[in-house]
Amino acid sequence: MNILVTGILLSGTYALIALGLTLQYGVARIMNLGNGETLVAACFVAFWLYTGLAINPLVGLLLIAPAAFLINWAIYAVALRPLVKRAKNRGQLEADSILATFGLLFLLQGLMIIGFGGDYHSYTFLAQRFDILGNSYGLNRVVAFAAAAAIAAGLWFFLYRTRQGTAMRAVAVDPGSANLVAIDVARTAAVAFALGGALTACGGALISTFYTFNASMGVVFTMKALIIVIMGGVGDVRGAVLAAVILGLSETLVASLVDPGLTLAATYMLFILVLLFRPQGIFGRAPT
Amino acid sequence: MLRRTFIGLAASAAAIGLAGTPALAQEDVIKIGASAPKSGPLAGGAAMTHWPNIQLWMKEVNEAGGLKVGDKQMKLELVEYDDKTNGEEAIKNIQRLATVDEVDFIVAPYSTGLNIAAAPAIARHGYPHIATTAATDGVNQFAERWPNSFWMLGTSTQLANGIVATLAAMKDKGDIGNKVALVNVADAFGLELVAAAKPALDEAGFEIVYETSYPLGTQDLAPVISQAKAAAPDAFVAFSYPGDTFALTEQAQVQGFDVPVFYTGVGTAFPPFAARFKEAANGVMGIGGINSSDENVKGYLEMHKAELGSDPDFWASATTYAGLQILGQAIEKAGTLDKAAVVEAIRTNTFDTVIGEVSMPNNVNEKVWTVGQWNDGVFEAVAAEGLPVAAEPVKKSGWN
Repeated sequence: MNILVTGILLSGTYALIALGLTLQYGVARIMNLGNGETLVAACFVAFWLYTGLAINPLVGLLLIAPAAFLINWAIYAVALRPLVKRAKNRGQLEADSILATFGLLFLLQGLMIIGFGGDYHSYTFLAQRFDILGNSYGLNRVVAFAAAAAIAAGLWFFLYRTRQGTAMRAVAVDPGSANLVAIDVARTAAVAFALGGALTACGGALISTFYTFNASMGVVFTMKALIIVIMGGVGDVRGAVLAAVILGLSETLVASLVDPGLTLAATYMLFILVLLFRPQGIFGRAPT
Repeated sequence: MLRRTFIGLAASAAAIGLAGTPALAQEDVIKIGASAPKSGPLAGGAAMTHWPNIQLWMKEVNEAGGLKVGDKQMKLELVEYDDKTNGEEAIKNIQRLATVDEVDFIVAPYSTGLNIAAAPAIARHGYPHIATTAATDGVNQFAERWPNSFWMLGTSTQLANGIVATLAAMKDKGDIGNKVALVNVADAFGLELVAAAKPALDEAGFEIVYETSYPLGTQDLAPVISQAKAAAPDAFVAFSYPGDTFALTEQAQVQGFDVPVFYTGVGTAFPPFAARFKEAANGVMGIGGINSSDENVKGYLEMHKAELGSDPDFWASATTYAGLQILGQAIEKAGTLDKAAVVEAIRTNTFDTVIGEVSMPNNVNEKVWTVGQWNDGVFEAVAAEGLPVAAEPVKKSGWN
């Protein structure tokens, strides 16, 4: 039971890491290597708001999410739109965007090193005991999980129950055809990228309540996010959430029953299995 | 396009011009080169332990008028590069410092791995190499292979024996029983310490009731703590790195893992550890510690706080500063900037440093603090080899 709850809490963390990227990669077609840096930047902002201005990270989300939305919109408009215009096909855009966001990664990392230095940061927020079925867990993790669930539900509602969201899914499936049915693909892609950035930043702010982070840690999160997004099926929120749950549970199972040293092996084993038997991802559609 | 190229050229010309100026004044300055992580996985540790001490030392020496070399007073000038926590990058940086910047001396890199990676390059150019952040059992062998290298932070065996001896002393006093939970991060550092600790624990009559390792970079350690708790040990010993040190401690606190001895690895000695866990940090043991009742150490702590606005790391910081002091004093004793003469001066002299008197006739500093314990904001040494300690180890009483 303890293992199940720990695993589910961990999967909440993973979902927070991956949801933003699934929108950015799935809809906007931007393979954002700076995803982890966005997350860490949000950690720092949450840290600064909490230690400097005594603003609760949960309240801080109300500031961080819109700011991240605007900043990511600007990044898309300035740095990425020219690439989208120039790209003749999806492959070229992916290659170009990987290079561009690789640059973004170093830019963000450099800015964080200048701003906060390279050392470890952490703060204490809700590091209290929270009992579920007789076992204790960190309250901050439980809160982060609840927030992750709320964000995922909201995102699902947006994508599957609203007009805008349907348009976004249409772009994810086929930008060319979406254009034919009067969807403004360029605008939708920009919104998707900005929204993805905002989600990643929310994830960062929540994760900062229980992780120790420094300016160079972004790549760890990018790797995890990438695995989850590809496992779940590019651009599919349900898939990303499911993949996060699978990873969280299997890592905790392996850590508790086999050996904590093998958690990474378990992760990559699952990744390979998915790639071998469902290369399009759990919810992905096979290319036609 | 043409204009942009022109601006680029002008900028590089200006940069070359600027870089050229100090070269004219070379007679009066000693150029010190430094290469260590400013980014990558070890940037956090280097920002805590390595870079601030270089700043502090340069400032202290230059404000005192520089070093006296022969009959000249020479000031220090720093050239610094980021090695991105990457061995190849570190080697490139050393080459560049030696051949392009033509620095007079090089500050050793940060961490065991990078020191070993860069050692052949530093040796090839003949610079004295005073490693202050490398703790490994290979030191005697390295000192033999690279006679220009000096190793000041002790060995894995010393560190592992330190905690085992501390546990044994507490067991003999009747403070704790003989059950130990042993955890390590699965990389060279964790493996070496665990390999040294296991036979020592065995010999001291301890029973290992839980043992595991986890991959580098893991911060989701709830399963490790709950398994360890289930094994009901008298002592929890983790050879961990900063991120996991914090995560293990928080989980232990959250899960109410009331164990009489809670020991974690690198990072325990960092001031942010005490800032994060406040009173709950009291009684937590970890690698390092310093003798805070010693006057030299006290002076160093005050100077660090006054000049940099923060406490140093209570393990390798003082050693790093001492290594720089040794370099400075050796240059003065040799009375020349000749590298071989300075290496010889380091080997043959005794130096007065913030960690006390240091002499390294065999290129290795044998006197190190091995275990520290938090006590109201100070990480006091409770075990050491060849040095006095600040306090006796005590049982940890809960997390509140």
